[in-house]
Amino acid sequence: MRFMIIVKANASTEAGVMPDESLFAAMGDYNQQLADAGVLLDGAGLKPTSQGWRIRYEGEERRVVDGPFTETRELIAGYTLIEVRSREEAMEWSRRFPNPHGPGVSAEIEIRPLYEMDDFPPSPALERMRDLQVP
Amino acid sequence: MREQADAAIAAVWRIESARIVATLARIVRDVGLAEELAQDALVAALETWGRDGIPERPGAWLVTCARNKAFDLLRRDRVLRAKLEQIGLDLEAREAASVPDFTDDLDAKRQDVIQDDLLRLIFTACHPVLSPDARLALTLKLLGGLSTAEIARAFLVPESTMAQRIVRAKRTLGEARVAFALPPPAELDQRLDTVLATVYLMFNEGYAATAGEDWMRPALVAEALRLGRVLAGLAPQEPEVHGLVALMELQASRMGARADAAGAPVLLLDQDRSRWDGVLIRRGLAALERAAGLGEAPGPYQLQAHIAACHARAHRAALTDWRRIAGLYAELARAQPSPVVELNRAVAVGMADGPAAGLLLAERLAQDGRLDGYHWLPSVRADLLLKLGRHQEARTEFERAAALTANARERALLLGKAHAAAQAGTA
Repeated sequence: MRFMIIVKANASTEAGVMPDESLFAAMGDYNQQLADAGVLLDGAGLKPTSQGWRIRYEGEERRVVDGPFTETRELIAGYTLIEVRSREEAMEWSRRFPNPHGPGVSAEIEIRPLYEMDDFPPSPALERMRDLQVP
Repeated sequence: MREQADAAIAAVWRIESARIVATLARIVRDVGLAEELAQDALVAALETWGRDGIPERPGAWLVTCARNKAFDLLRRDRVLRAKLEQIGLDLEAREAASVPDFTDDLDAKRQDVIQDDLLRLIFTACHPVLSPDARLALTLKLLGGLSTAEIARAFLVPESTMAQRIVRAKRTLGEARVAFALPPPAELDQRLDTVLATVYLMFNEGYAATAGEDWMRPALVAEALRLGRVLAGLAPQEPEVHGLVALMELQASRMGARADAAGAPVLLLDQDRSRWDGVLIRRGLAALERAAGLGEAPGPYQLQAHIAACHARAHRAALTDWRRIAGLYAELARAQPSPVVELNRAVAVGMADGPAAGLLLAERLAQDGRLDGYHWLPSVRADLLLKLGRHQEARTEFERAAALTANARERALLLGKAHAAAQAGTA
């Protein structure tokens, strides 16, 4: 099952301040651990909302709203996508996530499970796949 | 509360167990004994953590505890110690002398000695003295951290059967005096093949599972993918490792599209490609690029991954590069001769150069007799004949295929096609 570890923004990330060397190293180590364990699928840091925009739907209208946006703690600064065998395993990996804004700095990450095939209505049993053309 | 703690400990175990078993196996030179000692450490963790809570660094706690148990045993058991000193020294010496390139490659990349032990553990669990079934079970147990009950569920056998299989596998390794070591260079390619075959077998056990079956079977797909990715980190210089990872990622990317709402299988060309998993496709293509970047002539896994990639790159079935696929099947047939590969090539050639060209290849296969009794051969011939407007012959071949398949749903499908061909012939 897949989980997304979402890093919340703060004033620094919104100002486009790059993490310092030691923070880069800590994140690098953590990502290496995920990769060594075969559970890392994807991840990226996001540029500040000043470089993004929103589309707002109002009735039949859609309106472009340029960044930056103000509710800093609700904004996203990056994500890591992992695939693990249980919710508890995701919990354990998330507990090991280094403070994304550096030691001692107030920060928050949020972990959310992704919808999976199994979450959709069950279907009758499949016949064994004998698809000659796979691969 | 207690249950929650146990679930959390189980998660730590899943994450750490392979590394712990690998570390202990290096110390005691016996994967069976290493696994028992690791289990003892887990029992200790369940007691201590259940009472005091999970420590800040649970992995380190488990390793320390397990190592202490191993050293206690060595202090107590003098005979074992003497034996190990003998084997251990011999091994170290032989390994250092005989596999410089492989270990050097690893050394250059390795940040932690544990990676090396993990590789040894994989080679041991997939040792050729074991049967393929035993390799699978032991790999899931030692590398996957799965319980015997979970492995038994994955293979749809009683737990006692699986427990016996694992015990026998460990005994076989002991009796054959299999060293906890990397294979010597002369055997490396072949031993790596066995490891890759084991991982791919695990993948296919899960991939072939039906939707109604126990959830542990699809979990095999995830576990095989995970092990493949781990292996790619451990042996990054081996193109076929990346080839296998690419093949598995690309095949797994289609899992959500392989069945329709009623649960009936959907053939590749009829699948809703928007349901293919973009993350896995991207990872598969990246792994394939790594494999190709190592510059050797592509092996069978890489070739199959290239074929899967041709499908993955085609956003619509009509955009499939069949000429390239036909060429890749020809290469695959040279690398790993097989009539099934030839039949696939006939299909691809039929798509690339027209049904007459495909039929020519299929006829040649029919004459050589190696695929007698295999229902896909008449089924492929029937499809090609149908495209050529030879309806009566197509009908006969569809009926022949229907008679050969053991699968009821497939038989119904083939008989339907036979009927349709007959209708078209008289129209």
